[in-house]
Amino acid sequence: MTMATSAKTTAASHVEWGRVRPARRNADRLMKVIATGFTLVAIVVLFWILGMLIVKGLGGLSVATFTQITPGPGTEGGGLANAIVGSIVLTFLGIAVATPIGVLAGTYLAEYGKASKLADLIRFINDILLSAPSILIGLFVYVILVEPFRGYSGWAGGVALGIIAIPVIVRTTEDMLRLVPGGLREAGAALGAPPSVVITSVTWRAAKSGMVTGILLALARIAGETAPLIFTALNNNFWFSPNLVGGVSNLPVTIYQFASAPYENWQQLAWAGSLIITVSILVLSIIARRIVRGGK
Amino acid sequence: MAAVTDQFAAPSAPVRKTPMGTFDLVFRNASLLAALFVLVLLAGIMVSMVVGGWPAFREFGLGFITSSVWDTQNEQYGAWPAIVGTLSTALIALVVGVPLSLGIAVFLTQLAPPWFKQPVSTAIELLAAVPSIIYGMWGLFVFAPLFAAYVQIPLSNLVEGMPVVGTILYSRSPSGLGILSAGIILAFMIIPFIASITRDMLDQIPSVLRESAYGIGATTWEVVRHVLVPQAGVSIIGAVMLGLGRALGETMAVTFVVGNANRLSPSVMDPGSTIASRIANEFNEALGLQLNSLIALGCILFFVTFVVLVIARLLVARVKRY
Repeated sequence: MTMATSAKTTAASHVEWGRVRPARRNADRLMKVIATGFTLVAIVVLFWILGMLIVKGLGGLSVATFTQITPGPGTEGGGLANAIVGSIVLTFLGIAVATPIGVLAGTYLAEYGKASKLADLIRFINDILLSAPSILIGLFVYVILVEPFRGYSGWAGGVALGIIAIPVIVRTTEDMLRLVPGGLREAGAALGAPPSVVITSVTWRAAKSGMVTGILLALARIAGETAPLIFTALNNNFWFSPNLVGGVSNLPVTIYQFASAPYENWQQLAWAGSLIITVSILVLSIIARRIVRGGK
Repeated sequence: MAAVTDQFAAPSAPVRKTPMGTFDLVFRNASLLAALFVLVLLAGIMVSMVVGGWPAFREFGLGFITSSVWDTQNEQYGAWPAIVGTLSTALIALVVGVPLSLGIAVFLTQLAPPWFKQPVSTAIELLAAVPSIIYGMWGLFVFAPLFAAYVQIPLSNLVEGMPVVGTILYSRSPSGLGILSAGIILAFMIIPFIASITRDMLDQIPSVLRESAYGIGATTWEVVRHVLVPQAGVSIIGAVMLGLGRALGETMAVTFVVGNANRLSPSVMDPGSTIASRIANEFNEALGLQLNSLIALGCILFFVTFVVLVIARLLVARVKRY
């Protein structure tokens, strides 16, 4: 249908201009030029940012970037090994916190709550959390997990990232479960399976790829988050202790601290880190998109 | 169909006293708890902001909002410059970002050939995936020097001595950093959100409306102006509010380019600060009342964005859901 519609639209936009008053014709042309130009501006900015990262980041990338730890002030060389590992640990900690809660909450909304008042309220609040400033979530975790325990920790960082990921997972899980045809659920129920079994072994299975997409999108969302980590995991220039107590080095805060530092090797590393983090996130988002399109 | 499915999941469904029945009950309650946790989160954020900021509110009262002093030596804190910075950067972001977003949405839904629509849509959405801190790097190292050389310096020379614009647009130290730069960077960050929601809204309008307008000889512009925009109207405002919510709380990019000055300047070219940038800048060195004042700033940000986002969601939901 969309094909037919757009064909018609194209046909309609090629009306005989001779029969249209010049003022109307010019307004139309002006609008088309402006809309196309605006789109071009946004695309140029995207490729400008990517180009900047490649030009400045590739120069700083080397084997040492992945094998050595972040250098102290005034120290030569160094790499990002501890920051990269720290970021991976924090991000997966966040996903580990968010996935069970997000999937279960999304399941509640799609399978149990449905159109009830409570479900509507939860949906509404979830949508608000989805766009809530991440800095507030960082402050929140600072107040409940950092201040009482008198110290920054990787756990607090993971929880903060998890809280940012939860609404993303809730939303996609619900949307994906809603796409599963009711007939499948009824077939399961007709075999005598209780709702929980129908959900876990029929509905979830049918919506699997969509739900994985939601988790990937959440991963992409939190991997580059900086603001909430400043108040929770902070950063450090060494290998963090395995119990994650004390500052845990991570890429975003390292970039933040190194970017405008007076040491050239720090700036180089900030660019290299920016390239690594952006490429990872863009690849994740593109994979997630592919899964959605392949699943349909 | 819906009715049958409803019955099957109805809470009154008999629970058998078997291991399966227990699992059923546990699963149901676990999912309910997880869903309630979403409410607890929002309430928790609200309570922790109010409690954490309380000492500052108690100490300064309403003066905390209206005072422009931020003096760590004498423990005097006022939020006014940060509030004005937050509102003005967000406003600039909307003024720049909304026309761009609407243009993109119109291009994607009305002008782009089908094979071109998908890659352009993806590119716009990838703008949203780029982390905030990368926008900050771009703003500080690429945008700001160009902005200083090609906008601030020529413009300052031009407007110097003029009434009003000579104050608002004059930059005393053309570094490229300031309220206007932050607003422009924010604009690019909110474009993907406004553009993709508007695109979805325009796509949802029944094509028969469009076709009948074309049928009576309307041009594309007239169809957009008189058919599509009135149809999508309220939800476009909702999308804009959603963008505003993003712009108000955006932290890292703004911290890089806003200049982080604590005083209020009459010129949009001068450095300033926003609530979020001030918190990000000072938090790790802050102690005592300063820390409470920063959390109190967070509290103000929370309530402002909360109101904006509630309005946004109500307006968007009108069209989108069901």
